[in-house]
Amino acid sequence: MLSFLIRRFLYAIVTIFLISVIGFTIIEISPGSYLEVKIMQLEQQGTTTNEEIIESIKRRYGLDKPAHERYFIWASGFIRGDFGESFEYNQPVSELIWDRLGFTVVLSTAALLLTWLIAIPIGIYSATHQYSLGDNFATLIGLSGVSIPNFSLALVLMVLMARGFGQEVGGLYSSQYIDAPMSWDKLLDLAKHLWIPLFVIAFGGLAGLMRMMRGNLLDVLNMQYIQAARARGLPEEKVILKHGVRNAIQPLVMLLGMSLPNIISGATVVSIVLNLPTVGPLYFHSLLTRDMYLSVTFLVFLAIMLVIGNLLADLMLAWIDPRIRLD
Amino acid sequence: MSLKNAVEPGGAATPSVVLGQTKEMSEKTEVGRLSLGQLMFRRFLRNRMAVMSSVVLICMYLMAIFADFLAPYEYNHRSEFDILKAPQTPYFIDEFGKFSLRPFVYATTPVLDTNTFRYIHKEDTSQKYYIKLFVHGYPYKLLGFIPTDIHLFGVDEPAKLFIFGTDSNGRDLYSRILAGSRISMTMGLVGVFITIIMGASLGTVSGYYGGIVDTLMQRGIELLMSFPTVPLWAALAAIFPQDWSPVQRYFAISLILSLVGWTGLARQVRAKVLSYREMDFASSAKAIGATDSRIIFYHMLPNAFSHIIIVATLSIPGMILTETSLSFLGLGILPPATSWGALLRDAQDVSVLLNSTWLLIPTIFVIIAVLAFNFVGDGLRDAADPFAI
Repeated sequence: MLSFLIRRFLYAIVTIFLISVIGFTIIEISPGSYLEVKIMQLEQQGTTTNEEIIESIKRRYGLDKPAHERYFIWASGFIRGDFGESFEYNQPVSELIWDRLGFTVVLSTAALLLTWLIAIPIGIYSATHQYSLGDNFATLIGLSGVSIPNFSLALVLMVLMARGFGQEVGGLYSSQYIDAPMSWDKLLDLAKHLWIPLFVIAFGGLAGLMRMMRGNLLDVLNMQYIQAARARGLPEEKVILKHGVRNAIQPLVMLLGMSLPNIISGATVVSIVLNLPTVGPLYFHSLLTRDMYLSVTFLVFLAIMLVIGNLLADLMLAWIDPRIRLD
Repeated sequence: MSLKNAVEPGGAATPSVVLGQTKEMSEKTEVGRLSLGQLMFRRFLRNRMAVMSSVVLICMYLMAIFADFLAPYEYNHRSEFDILKAPQTPYFIDEFGKFSLRPFVYATTPVLDTNTFRYIHKEDTSQKYYIKLFVHGYPYKLLGFIPTDIHLFGVDEPAKLFIFGTDSNGRDLYSRILAGSRISMTMGLVGVFITIIMGASLGTVSGYYGGIVDTLMQRGIELLMSFPTVPLWAALAAIFPQDWSPVQRYFAISLILSLVGWTGLARQVRAKVLSYREMDFASSAKAIGATDSRIIFYHMLPNAFSHIIIVATLSIPGMILTETSLSFLGLGILPPATSWGALLRDAQDVSVLLNSTWLLIPTIFVIIAVLAFNFVGDGLRDAADPFAI
């Protein structure tokens, strides 16, 4: 077990390192740099830009050093917690991202939990009541989850809420609550705003999970040990839940790791549409303005979230299935 | 002995000796045997959803090919008199209650409502404009090379017929949807083509040679799969210079789309090749002295072909959704070109959307296309399943 853990952990570290290199390279080779944006800004403000000023700007932002040197400086700083400075906001990147990152993690995890809490029971119901009305309805919902793009679902929900209930949507709080101290009303308002993004992000992942659960459980329920358990006289719920589901869930835990990219991407798109204070909108904006350190840090953090999620999924898989531990 | 419904097993590499039959008997019973392809086709036809979806897809592709013919107005033609018009339904009964077999519309003039600062389009009921078929409209090239100006339907000026309404620039949404279908429907195909080439070749190489090549490639694939997709695409799409032509952008975006898809296909192909490698036909081919490339291209890939097609078809919906999302975010197709995602981009502002919900109509087309491809892919997979009845 320990060697398994150590191996996965080392894999994770190597993956994160490679991702940081790739991310840095991608942003590096994008045409146009913040230097040009800055020069344009200065010229608009009326300051003349001569060689000296350009050089000093370059030195200030560290743009005069070659790419691999910049990478080493940034990477060594990254480990220590110093993520460089944002060009646009003139602040250390760490200040800009912490609370947004925290909120992104919370949102993604909540969406993941919601997906699982809904999909697993529905999948179990579908399998045990195959081809019934409920099963067909669940399949329909699953199919629509796959085919509706999540941003359009968010838009449609926003329009419905605004039209039907006259409610302000978008952002985290309604305008009257933004600066107010925390209270029950504010919490309720937060919940009213948050249910749309949570629902939209979770909806996309529901389909695959439901279908897989249904398929796996159907296969498992045909096995002989289920028949033996029934013959022994166990109550039906125990047969299904304790013996059937426990075995059917195993490939799904493997899927847990694979569904994380979806959830993070979905969260990114939805938060851009709904203007939530997560990583998404700021990352997107920093890409457009070529704010290099900000974008790379975001990309690497998103990838780290993914790698950690995969690691946790592997651990959970090893905990559930003893065969993997003895590998 | 009636072998009328017997099935010829396997593809290019199975032995053709049937036990217990002489040559004359096998020749006589050639009649009535179905090839594997024909058998798969018949199984596919039994699946109603899949057949219906294929018909829908064919209609959508015809729509894309004949977009100019079906559209009454040019997709980029702005008109300040028709800003944000709601979808028009043609009338059959005029204001006096007289029924007319031919549908007609009225001309409208925009009137600014000073309370809401939106345009209200007042109808001028004095004159009816009948909807005509096969009218003369804007010139275009049918199928790309026949110059003509005939369109399926239209009304005389100054009346306009906007089936799906207009956007905030006065452009006909219906014509824009037709024009956008060209890009949205074909980009998935181009992306899938690239995916097949990359995924099949790399997967085969990885599976066939094994060893360190295999391990390296698997680690690389895992690395690619652990990238969060949308942020990666956003970063890649932001790399594109702004001054690329729409065609260049189109192919670059297709490349991005296939970048993440090929990993899944490569894994599947590798699994298949690993199992084929141990089979008798592979070792006998090697014993005869066939080169590696001949074994790969002549024996293994044809057997994996149906599987490749199915995985590819099932990845098209993902590509359509990706292209829509990217264009929606402003990273995909940029004006003047348009796709369904770019059309939805105009519908981003919720305050505008509240009063002009018809701007969301492109979503319906996206959903239909994605669902249709999903059903067809499922149908293909069930048809090719060797364990089905």
